[in-house]
Amino acid sequence: MGMSEPLLRMENITKVFPGTKALDNVNFSVQPGEIHAIVGENGAGKSTLMNVLSGLYPYGAYEGAIIYDGEECRFSGIRDSEKKGIAIIHQELALVPYMTIGENMFLGNERGSTVKINWSETFTKAKEFMKTVGLNESPQTLVKDIGVGKQQLVEIAKALAKNVRLLILDEPTASLNEEDSQNLLILLLRFKSEGMTSILISHKLNEVEQVADSITVLRDGATIETLVKGKDDISEGRIIKGMVGREINERFPARESNIGETTLEVKDWTVFHPVYIGRKVCNKVNIHLRKGEVVGISGLMGAGRTELAMSIFGKSYGTHITGELYLNGKRISFRNIRSAINSKIAYVTEDRKNDGLILSDTLRLNTTLANLSRTSKMHYSIDKDKEMKYAEEYKTRFGVKAPSIEQHADSLSGGNQQKLLLAKWMFTEPEIMILDEPTRGIDVGAKYDIYNIINELVAQGKSVLLISSDMPELLGMCDRIYIMNEGNIVGEMDRSEANQEAIMAVILQSSKGA
Amino acid sequence: MEKAKSFLSKNAMFIGLIVVMLLFEMLIRSSGRGTMLLSPFHLTNLISQNGYVVILATGMLLCILTGGNIDLSVGSVVILVSAIAGVLIVDMGVNVYVTILICLLTGTAIGAWQAFLIAYLRVPPFVTTLAGMLIFRGIALLILGAQSISPFPDNYRVLFNSFIPGAGSDPAFIQNLSLTLAVVVCVGFIGLQIFSRISKERKGYTVESIYSMLARIIIISGVVMFVFTRLGENRGIPILLVWLAAIVMIYSYFTQNTIPGRYLYAMGGNEKAARLSGINTKRMKFFAYTNMGFLSAVAALVCVARFNAATTTVGVGFELDAIGACFIGGASAYGGIGRVGGAVIGAIFMGVLDMGMSIMGLDVNLQRVIKGSVLLAAVIFDVMSKSRKQAA
Repeated sequence: MGMSEPLLRMENITKVFPGTKALDNVNFSVQPGEIHAIVGENGAGKSTLMNVLSGLYPYGAYEGAIIYDGEECRFSGIRDSEKKGIAIIHQELALVPYMTIGENMFLGNERGSTVKINWSETFTKAKEFMKTVGLNESPQTLVKDIGVGKQQLVEIAKALAKNVRLLILDEPTASLNEEDSQNLLILLLRFKSEGMTSILISHKLNEVEQVADSITVLRDGATIETLVKGKDDISEGRIIKGMVGREINERFPARESNIGETTLEVKDWTVFHPVYIGRKVCNKVNIHLRKGEVVGISGLMGAGRTELAMSIFGKSYGTHITGELYLNGKRISFRNIRSAINSKIAYVTEDRKNDGLILSDTLRLNTTLANLSRTSKMHYSIDKDKEMKYAEEYKTRFGVKAPSIEQHADSLSGGNQQKLLLAKWMFTEPEIMILDEPTRGIDVGAKYDIYNIINELVAQGKSVLLISSDMPELLGMCDRIYIMNEGNIVGEMDRSEANQEAIMAVILQSSKGA
Repeated sequence: MEKAKSFLSKNAMFIGLIVVMLLFEMLIRSSGRGTMLLSPFHLTNLISQNGYVVILATGMLLCILTGGNIDLSVGSVVILVSAIAGVLIVDMGVNVYVTILICLLTGTAIGAWQAFLIAYLRVPPFVTTLAGMLIFRGIALLILGAQSISPFPDNYRVLFNSFIPGAGSDPAFIQNLSLTLAVVVCVGFIGLQIFSRISKERKGYTVESIYSMLARIIIISGVVMFVFTRLGENRGIPILLVWLAAIVMIYSYFTQNTIPGRYLYAMGGNEKAARLSGINTKRMKFFAYTNMGFLSAVAALVCVARFNAATTTVGVGFELDAIGACFIGGASAYGGIGRVGGAVIGAIFMGVLDMGMSIMGLDVNLQRVIKGSVLLAAVIFDVMSKSRKQAA
């Protein structure tokens, strides 16, 4: 390895979108049989580069050359690159939920002829490929009935069925739990030992460190460096330095806790599922939150954390909600979301694209939406000049990178969208802020900015309830952590006693008991 | 270059309208059928023939904004309200103003009923209003008994179908009055522009470039002067134009400058996000459809005055005119995007198309093909410009 001719070379790739240069003379080469990681902040150009490679941006729409297997390729579409054995697995899985695993696997690549699909061949072949990826299911199971981890395996099997030689995985473990992630990485290593070449795009640097043979760092649309295992330092810290262009010594900014009186108290909070009536989503939950405090809620997917938060936030989730809420010692009940907002509570959703922002609207409209009366002259009419001034102010304050407040939200990168979402809710001047996965899928630099905003909030005596699946984040940011499992609060730990192993132990213990 | 592009895409419909006008003017002149644009007679007709489209398109825009929802029943509400007006005024001799009030209340009540089904019982708008389309036309024809009701008294018609100044005035006086009114409107408009600029500057807000303000003043004043003086050469300013201006201004202000107006856009852009921002999305939908009923009644009053009868065929295809005007005027078929001004331009566009084609003497069926193609082209343009944005 190393000396041999690379399998893929992308030379001087430049891709211009109206107004921005997404890729600027990018050079990148992949040796046969290696796992090559591409890392970079959101908006660094990783996905654009892969879209050029896969032919999604056809030849002519970019400048530069793609040399694959010794010859220059001019793909005019994804079909062309697939023919050459290049397959991309996108972060958002492209499976049809109401079709079987087998049907999905050969979708667009059907066995048999146009007028008659050979079903027995389809399912036999499917079974073979499923075995290769270690997926132990019937090929006739519907995709909607298997978990995300297994769906990811179906995608990989689908790529294998197309005789893939270069497998590109875009954030494959973003929505997987620890165990599924590990299995996937082990699978990648096994493919490698069988001679497959892969490109791995990931934010999870520990995983990159674990499996990658070489790492290419992109920043602002340009290649910064390529680190080779065994030759260069490929530690997390070293990679981060390349990504952000400066060293981040501490992942979590330091903060001095200054905790005051209890502000929010939730007693015996029970919530039922809105569709499956009779299924308890939260069961007699008791939690409290003090002024100047960051309180975390840890738990696995489906533990009921989001549901708890939303049911508190003006009953925006669930039915038959019982229990008591106290705000600054006074019993309170929220009729609807508006009344929760008026009581200075904000809920920042985990799904910024679907539930958080109006993507087709401008920064200005998004910023003021949840508290328009603050911009109004009389009761119902909006003072646009005042609104613009506010939007500018919040854009600057939260470091949203965009040319103007009249920019549409869908043109922002993930990290900037998240900052905009925070700005939107800060515009309601909340005393209690519930943050649901505020750093999911965003890059290291933006994460750091968001941690700073959280610290600033509590320094002003406000309170933050932080829901996160990123355990180091909870441990690094919170004063106190509740542990939730299957709708119950199963543990509570102080900053001093909390660690990853202890939290996992509590969760596993409670699952066994149930 | 970038600036020019963004100017073009923002004002595409306006530019399209001008192109179509000039195209017809050229065709009509070259075929020796006189002039369309410069003819005071045609201009007056354009307004009176398309007034109802402007009114309905304004209401339809609010429904479309909530999420691409349409109201198919507007034409049937128009005929039902017309029939009621006919029975009350002509058959029973009820006071004109009382009748107008009853008509508006009836329209609003019908709107509220459908709005309730759509917003609170969550019956799909398409189905609700499709049923309404059948039901209300059926009721109207039962009332009318297959016969038109006419004629309406002058004290009714003068409210919607007269001219300033009144009939029988001296042509020179009409011309002078129209010119004076044009000057008054222009001066008022310019004054308002300058006033808002000064107040912005005083509060320390950024102001737009002086050139773009001047351009706007010149274009709008030019259009007003041209239209008013042309109208003055015919019978004067139609009173309908005053009503239309009032409706358009009120709803423009509502959608652009009020909190509920903003909520309409937000829920069309992302209903879930809007709800989580504390917006009562059901109430907004209820409002949009109730308002549609109200404006349908207004359109009915206008139509009755123009035809001087409550006819059995009024309202057929009105829903398509209104929906078409919105889409041609740049409203998104998915909701959340569109302006009242755009819908007005869309309505004028369709009006000009109709008028131009009939002056040219085109076959009615060919006219349909052309109108349909224009509507389709407008929506394709919307979808394409959106997908290009996503790719970027």
